[in-house]
Amino acid sequence: MAIFSLWVINKAGGLVYQRNFAEGLAQLTSNEYLVLAGTLHGIHAITSRLSPMGSSSGAQVIESESFKMTILLTATATKFVLLTSLTEHNPDNVLQKVYEIYSDAVMKNPFHTPEMPIRSEGFDTRIAALIGTGQT
Amino acid sequence: MAYSQPHSRVSVLSTSSQSSVEHLSPAASSTRFSLPSIPATPGFQASRPAGVRPNIYDRNLNKTRITEVSGAAFTFLFSEVVQYTQKRVSGINDLERRLNTLGYRIGTRVLELMVWRTEAPSKAPKREIRFLPALMSIHTQVWRAVFGKPADAIEKSVENADEYMIIDNDPLIERYISVPKDMSQLSCSSFTAGIVEAVLDGLGFPARVTAHNTPTTQFPSRTTILIKLEKSVLEREEVLK
Repeated sequence: MAIFSLWVINKAGGLVYQRNFAEGLAQLTSNEYLVLAGTLHGIHAITSRLSPMGSSSGAQVIESESFKMTILLTATATKFVLLTSLTEHNPDNVLQKVYEIYSDAVMKNPFHTPEMPIRSEGFDTRIAALIGTGQT
Repeated sequence: MAYSQPHSRVSVLSTSSQSSVEHLSPAASSTRFSLPSIPATPGFQASRPAGVRPNIYDRNLNKTRITEVSGAAFTFLFSEVVQYTQKRVSGINDLERRLNTLGYRIGTRVLELMVWRTEAPSKAPKREIRFLPALMSIHTQVWRAVFGKPADAIEKSVENADEYMIIDNDPLIERYISVPKDMSQLSCSSFTAGIVEAVLDGLGFPARVTAHNTPTTQFPSRTTILIKLEKSVLEREEVLK
């Protein structure tokens, strides 16, 4: 029952936002996070072509023994990734709300450049209100 | 020579169009399929589906309930306005001045529309001539017309007699805006300040209006609209007392 981390990956596979909320996962350097996000982007692109039934939305959940990764792909190819414990009951719901906050506090902010790292105070405070504060 | 050329061109155009009309009209009577477009145009307009909304200029000015604008559409538009303006200015002061100018153009229209809506049905239409009632009407009516809710407070400066403040705890146009740290002086509510300045000007109270961030812990985007009245206004107020 814990949310470990939230990532936002832009449509080119770059990590534009990363924030940790709880202890439990190994700490990585920012470079490692970037590589991981790029790799996930590639995996996601491949999984979206795997379906025998034609086009697919790609991987939605990746589970391991100790945590799971829930991925929300938006219509504009931005990806929201939530790293949670296995018992977290509704990560999709949380991601949907994160998407809402993103469209309010990031897309409507005139000082944000699309596809660039998110440095918006409004986004930070709203995410903190949704998920809880935590160390960045 | 240079003069005669456009003249001849115009005359050629007009004669050719005239001749084509003469050419077409007998054709219309002789063959059924020669002029499909001309009778079709009025027919098309008449058969416009009933659900289509009339042009914005043809709508009733006093019906406000169904003509509200989508908040998301407005914020996206305003965000683009700020981005567009920011690309064309050299500094924060310049940016605020431009937003103020844009707001001013809206304020003149807001005043006209507001007076029309509130005073038109009354038998004895009135106009604010004293400053405080005018300020009150800006605080409640202008704010309600533009943002859908009254502003939160009016204050009078203690140090300067010519300064008044309108305070909005959560300005609608700044709700989704996070100003970066290096521009922390900037207040996008300069746009609102422009609206207020135009309304005051229109009512005959010339003033300089600016916007300032005055955040509190409870309201991080609290904004003060500072009104600095011209001397003539204060002198007139003295006479009217």
